[in-house]
Amino acid sequence: MNILISGGRVIDPAQSLDQITDLYISQGEICAIGAAPEGFHADEVINADGQIVCPGLIDLCTTLREPGQTRKGTIASETAAAAAGGITTLVVTPDTSPIVETAAVAELIQDRAADIGFARVLPMGALTQGLQGEQLAPLHGLASSGCIAFTNLRRPFGNSQILLRCLEYAATHDLLVVFQAQDEALAANGCMHDDTTSTRLGLNGIPEAAETIEVSRCLLLVEQTGVRAHFGQLSCERSVRMIEAARERGLQVSADVAIQNLLLTDESVNGFNSAYHVQPPLRSQLDRAGLRQGLVTGTISAICSDHQPHDPIAKQAPFAATEPGMSGLETLLPLSLQLVEQQLLELPQLIESLTIAPALILGLDAGTLEVGSQADICVFDPAAEWTVSEESLRSAGKNTPFLGQTLKGQVKATLMDGRIVFRR
Amino acid sequence: MFEANDPNSIQLTADGQLRHFLTTEGLPRELLIEILDTADSFVDMGEQQVKKVPLLRGKTVANLFFENSTRTLSTFELAAKRLSADVLNLNINTSSTKKGETLKDTLMTLQAMHSDMFVVRHADSGAAHFIAQHVTPNVAVINAGDGRHAHPTQAMLDMLTIRRHKGEFAPLKVAIVGDILHSRVARSQIHALRTLGVHEIRVIAPKTLLPRHIEALGVKVYTEMASGLRDVDVIMMLRLQKERMQSALLPSEAEFYKLYGLNRDKLAYAKPDAVVMHPGPINRGVEIESEVADGPRSLILDQVTNGIAVRMAVMSKAMSGQLSQRAATDNASREA
Repeated sequence: MNILISGGRVIDPAQSLDQITDLYISQGEICAIGAAPEGFHADEVINADGQIVCPGLIDLCTTLREPGQTRKGTIASETAAAAAGGITTLVVTPDTSPIVETAAVAELIQDRAADIGFARVLPMGALTQGLQGEQLAPLHGLASSGCIAFTNLRRPFGNSQILLRCLEYAATHDLLVVFQAQDEALAANGCMHDDTTSTRLGLNGIPEAAETIEVSRCLLLVEQTGVRAHFGQLSCERSVRMIEAARERGLQVSADVAIQNLLLTDESVNGFNSAYHVQPPLRSQLDRAGLRQGLVTGTISAICSDHQPHDPIAKQAPFAATEPGMSGLETLLPLSLQLVEQQLLELPQLIESLTIAPALILGLDAGTLEVGSQADICVFDPAAEWTVSEESLRSAGKNTPFLGQTLKGQVKATLMDGRIVFRR
Repeated sequence: MFEANDPNSIQLTADGQLRHFLTTEGLPRELLIEILDTADSFVDMGEQQVKKVPLLRGKTVANLFFENSTRTLSTFELAAKRLSADVLNLNINTSSTKKGETLKDTLMTLQAMHSDMFVVRHADSGAAHFIAQHVTPNVAVINAGDGRHAHPTQAMLDMLTIRRHKGEFAPLKVAIVGDILHSRVARSQIHALRTLGVHEIRVIAPKTLLPRHIEALGVKVYTEMASGLRDVDVIMMLRLQKERMQSALLPSEAEFYKLYGLNRDKLAYAKPDAVVMHPGPINRGVEIESEVADGPRSLILDQVTNGIAVRMAVMSKAMSGQLSQRAATDNASREA
């Protein structure tokens, strides 16, 4: 099928492209930009006048609830949400049930996603068996089965020796390790940032040191082992500075941040609204400023959704007793556009952090509109307003604090492999 | 960028009357004074032959205690009965892992019994807010202690006790001593004392028992008693739980008592007419010496008496706020 996306502002940071032009798609690939290839006949035309055309977004952290917790979301419901959010590639966490620690589970997830066909799903494998931090998971085998990276999430390692060995083994096979840095003892029982708001509300705090101590330990061991490493969902200004310093020393480490940590602070927890219960926690204004600065300087190169859909019951309890996490696939783009509105980033810079930057972190051949690349494309209207509601969200998880808010920026069409997987 | 929720939007009616009592934080000074004035009128009632007023006649008060407390439960029960309410006491076990479901289901069940007021104690901070958000508009919620967050009736009975002994709040220096970190009482006291305009609020504790940035609540922080108690008018002791020894917060009860236990020597740092308070139950020889607890400057038993009066005041005020809101809603729907 041949598709023409006409008249849009095509922004592809990977090739420094930003111009109003036409995009031609054939056989699942981008076959031309600007002038039609000879003999091209469009079966379908997407009129993108006044809209932005960019590579499909790549989300570095999504929690899929299938297999195991399908009452919170299924591969079908969440990949449909991704498509509606302009996201064509999802990197998903290994904490399904069963855990992604065998080839069978890794393949099941990819096969099911492929059958459904709304988005590419790239599983992260467990770094240790059962995510228990004691024994190595079969990293090489999992990588052969399509695991793009390996992580222990926020679960602790038994000790530093085990962590060191995990990194050495991953380095042996040139595998990417993703850290969600948190010292378990310091974070114990905490449910929000440890500061004046937690003190007022009487909620157990997670101190900044819970993240920074673990970032520091991981950086030292990354340096020693030379493993490819990425820090996911940073929340502290000091973590950004430590990673910046490590990069200046020549260490090849990357980092991302969840969009909510760029927009919100711990003060949102006032009133005990469990929609703001997230891990890592929303932190102080200083932390938020540090994360935003890290994004500007490039220490943090990618923005992710940290999407965690929940059933309503999971959020209906006193704050600390609720499950952490926000549903975020469909709000990732409009919320990120607020960073442009706030003049923190130029639009191409923002799109870079959602497309080619995460692709580079993963070592993935994606995130660009270059001729010959797979046609994963997002078309959105940056000015269109829509109201976040339980009805307007395709995700099974309605657990977003933005319910009822009107956001600017709406996806009009999403293409994956040259197929239209979403159109509004 | 996004507005924080104002706690008062939930506990006050549109015209500023109390309809739930969840926290002392942010309540207007006039309202706190009104509560104290109303409570004052109830204090002496306990000594009369007939100890009842009909303010809550025909109403049902359900005491929902998800955390055991015989004392607090008893004072709420007595307060409700003296207001002529029907009282239902429920001790609810929270050990089940699905607390949230249990809590919401419990609420639905109790609502179906047409209770007019829930008095709630729960181990989770924010539980009273959660309940107030999820009950029908016809139920008033009184927070009888939620996690480390708030214990507003305790704070108000402390304020009443202070006012009855000291008169004005403005000139007073008040010290709160002990386990500030885990104390909902301390937090509610601090908010109330600030709103009532005392001259100075101090907290005295080792750093392991002080929450992060407590000074942001408007208190001066001291880590030892000699300077912390100097020239204070009121000493408010807090209860210390035994389990604090197990998590490296304190080495031993003996060391805590030596450094922070209120004995006659340390009491001498305060003003000669300083009064001593404690929310009870007291640990003699841990937080306080018997001679001080039972001495002439101790107001500990007055606090208990005043506690019933304050709870009567808060319950009657919240019920009248609730009823006026019901009337307003009824009128509005009739006009529509």
